[in-house]
Amino acid sequence: MNLSDSRVIDADRATVWAAILDPEVLKACVPGCQEMEGTAEEGFTATVVQKVGPVKATFKGAVTLSDMQAPESVNIAGEGKGGAAGFAKGGAKVRLEAQGDQTVLHYDVEAKVGGKLAQLGSRIIDGFAKKMADQFFNNFQDHVGAPAPAEEPEPETSEDAPKKGWLKRLVS
Amino acid sequence: MPKDTGIGAATVRREDVRFLTGTGEYTDDITLAKQTYAVFARSTVAHGTIKSIDTSAAEVMPGVLAVFTGEDFAEVGGNPAGWLINSRDGEPMKEPKRPVLAHGKVRHVGDAYAAVIAETVQQARDAVEAIEADIEEFDAIVDMNAALSGSNYVHDEIGTNQCFDWGWIEDNREATDNAIKNAHHVTTLELVNNRLVPNAMEPRASIGSYKASTGEYTLHTTSQNPHLTRLLISAFVLGIPENMLTVIAPDVGGGFGSKIYHYGEEALVLAAAKRLNRPVKWTADRTESFLTDAHGRDHVTKIELALDKDGKFLAFRTDTKANVGAYLSNFSTATPTFLHGTLMAGNYTVPLVYVNVKAVFTNTAPVDAYRGAGRPEATYSIERVIDKAARELGMDPIELRRKNFVKPDQYPFASAAGLEYDAGNYDALMDKMEEVADVAGFAARRAESEKNGKLRGFGVNAYIEACGIAPSNLVGVLGSRVGLYDAATVRVNATGNLSVMVGAHSHGQGHETAFPQVVAEMLGIDPAVIDIVHGDTSKIPFGMGTYGSRSLAVCGSAVVRATEKIINKAKKIAGHMLEASEHDITLADGVFSVSGTDKSVTFGEVALKAYIPHEYPLEDIEPGLEETAFYDPANFTYPSGAYACEVEVDPETGKVTVERMTAVDDFGNVINPMIVTGQVQGGLAQGIGQALLENTSYDENGQLLSASYMDYTMPRADDLPMFAVDHSQGTPCTHNPLGVKGCGEAGAIGSPPTVVNAVIDALQSGGKDVTHIDMPVSPARVWEAMQ
Repeated sequence: MNLSDSRVIDADRATVWAAILDPEVLKACVPGCQEMEGTAEEGFTATVVQKVGPVKATFKGAVTLSDMQAPESVNIAGEGKGGAAGFAKGGAKVRLEAQGDQTVLHYDVEAKVGGKLAQLGSRIIDGFAKKMADQFFNNFQDHVGAPAPAEEPEPETSEDAPKKGWLKRLVS
Repeated sequence: MPKDTGIGAATVRREDVRFLTGTGEYTDDITLAKQTYAVFARSTVAHGTIKSIDTSAAEVMPGVLAVFTGEDFAEVGGNPAGWLINSRDGEPMKEPKRPVLAHGKVRHVGDAYAAVIAETVQQARDAVEAIEADIEEFDAIVDMNAALSGSNYVHDEIGTNQCFDWGWIEDNREATDNAIKNAHHVTTLELVNNRLVPNAMEPRASIGSYKASTGEYTLHTTSQNPHLTRLLISAFVLGIPENMLTVIAPDVGGGFGSKIYHYGEEALVLAAAKRLNRPVKWTADRTESFLTDAHGRDHVTKIELALDKDGKFLAFRTDTKANVGAYLSNFSTATPTFLHGTLMAGNYTVPLVYVNVKAVFTNTAPVDAYRGAGRPEATYSIERVIDKAARELGMDPIELRRKNFVKPDQYPFASAAGLEYDAGNYDALMDKMEEVADVAGFAARRAESEKNGKLRGFGVNAYIEACGIAPSNLVGVLGSRVGLYDAATVRVNATGNLSVMVGAHSHGQGHETAFPQVVAEMLGIDPAVIDIVHGDTSKIPFGMGTYGSRSLAVCGSAVVRATEKIINKAKKIAGHMLEASEHDITLADGVFSVSGTDKSVTFGEVALKAYIPHEYPLEDIEPGLEETAFYDPANFTYPSGAYACEVEVDPETGKVTVERMTAVDDFGNVINPMIVTGQVQGGLAQGIGQALLENTSYDENGQLLSASYMDYTMPRADDLPMFAVDHSQGTPCTHNPLGVKGCGEAGAIGSPPTVVNAVIDALQSGGKDVTHIDMPVSPARVWEAMQ
């Protein structure tokens, strides 16, 4: 699966660059992220809870950054293992382009999924990835472009939990 | 007048009482005392090296009793292939080991590399999640051409992905090449026979149990052939003495071939049962069925048909790549070769046939026999290329076939692909098909469809297949490692009722109804007093199982032979009772009489005498009335048929609707016409499913994308028309005592080319120059072909 796009972030390039390397920012912005630790130099470890179609799983993954050209570009590679749900892995090339007070973030993602994610979710995986990207950038925009509220509710998972309750857990 | 009992009667299936009232007993319904549960850790990548498996966290999880990995089975045997194929150069096929659990490498998504045994299924599942497997992923080998040209191997130890390169008939190769080179006309077609997932309604399941006091093992399992499973486990995999292992296949909810084979899960639950001294049950979930049941078909073929100027067939030449998946399943080498290449002459007098099949290992689920097993692939290739030839030559497709049919006075007929057809009448089948399908009325129906904006097409097909496998002497020469006879014991109890122990397992075929019809007819008694016992190796003499439409032709013949022995012995006893020579005793309507007198005894009185042998000539006759027979057929049987299909194609969307489907089959003599009709209907549904709907899709990483019913389309009632099924044109098989041929697979063999021929005809009628569309002929493919 390939996903290439760009987004205009309402913040200057240095701010954006710092933010994409900050585990706290990433934790807040990656949809369903429960934990994010590490550094840009050493790599990050993350725990993400996500639901793809009928497959819901906790993905534990490692992310490494390479070819860092501050504050311009970086390559990101990662793999998340979701146990019985399968795995997702891939890489992204990210390039930041200054545009006045704003920054254009170009990304070029190549990813593949395996196991139950592929068996049950392949038809919806492209749409899912697009949605994940959109959510991430909306969150990211909120974080770097404006003062972040103290308690940002995480989209999707935490939002759904109280509403759907036991029924959702049953069909997950 | 239709009969109401015995041979030829449409007796209602007695097994349906339990199936329709939910009282069948399937493997998963069985719960043994102190039973535990197995869950498997399966590879999520298609190809990789197992660097390490850390089970320590799983082992201490709640309820966990044991964790197994491939290391635990490194010393035991592999699951073997049952048929040795030699390549054209004489080299034997490559046979990499198929271990109980993956060891060293994982070779397809779903390949099991560990198993957890726990007190509950949930605990076992949780513990599987805690297994840490470090698997270094390699590029997956999915495409067969890439597999044959690359240096990335599914099995590194064999240094190739080619299992064999088989030629049939090798001596005809040059003559076939010359015939094609010099022919007036050659029609060429490249096609794909799409990979299918069997989708038995009941997933595979197994329970292993062990009695430490005696060393006896019992395996309850979803099998089409419990004796073969026992043999494979005993002789090849675990080395359990055959007399210490009982295999029981209770009610089985569909097999279609996928439950012929022995699978690693069966060995695992037996080994685990011994280690824990407790029964161990495993039941597949639906995803496991998709990933690990042996798939069917998956051939890529180029076929050429050479014709003379009058449309006489001169030669068929095919070049096929057959996907065998990651490991050799038990019949996987026979299916694309001797069950396929030997049928490549079809119903025709064509003098030359040459078939080349390269079997290819890939990082996909194993592929093996699936309803029809090789014959659907042969029929599809032949009947599609004939249809294309008719179009190219401007000939009527029915006439072109008739011109080349073997004629009734030519039997026994030696086909160019090496078989001897014993009986048939293909013109009579075609005549009947034209009548039942109302070919004469097609033009009017087409006009009506066109009025509604639809394209209507008519497709025809003539098939022959080989059933009743198989003559052991012949298949032994061809590489089979087993004999293919069958066995039956007829036990007459003292009170006059019968238990008939048969080697053929029944899982939808209606043996429990049809076999008693045979015995009842021979003895002249009520079928209701005859009970069929099957599926338990401790109760049955032996059996080679149910597949290849062989049950009635082979096992039914053993039942006949055993019943003949019963009659012979009963006549001796009756002779003694009536103070006459056994040679003067006749049996009619269940009564033994002395010819020319009014002296008689009933079958029941003879049975009683056999078990209460007072005033009994013990020096001449043993007490008891029980006989066993093994039957090994003299030849294959050759069912044949003429099929017709009418489709409507919506030119706006490409959607194909099957409007009419006619199957006229020659099954020889018919024991129960209702069961035969049902078998044909089921086969037609599966064949139409293959033609229009079913597609097994692996991506380039070897991930199975169509692994659920969201993505894998099974035929449903509203995809199918009412079928017209006829089997009035039977020509009895000449070499088995019942004159029967076998009907279980015909529908799935005859229908796919019929449907595709009809679709092409519809598109051509709409002025579209479309000569071929690969199956499944989905709306997207049809629409694309029309552009």
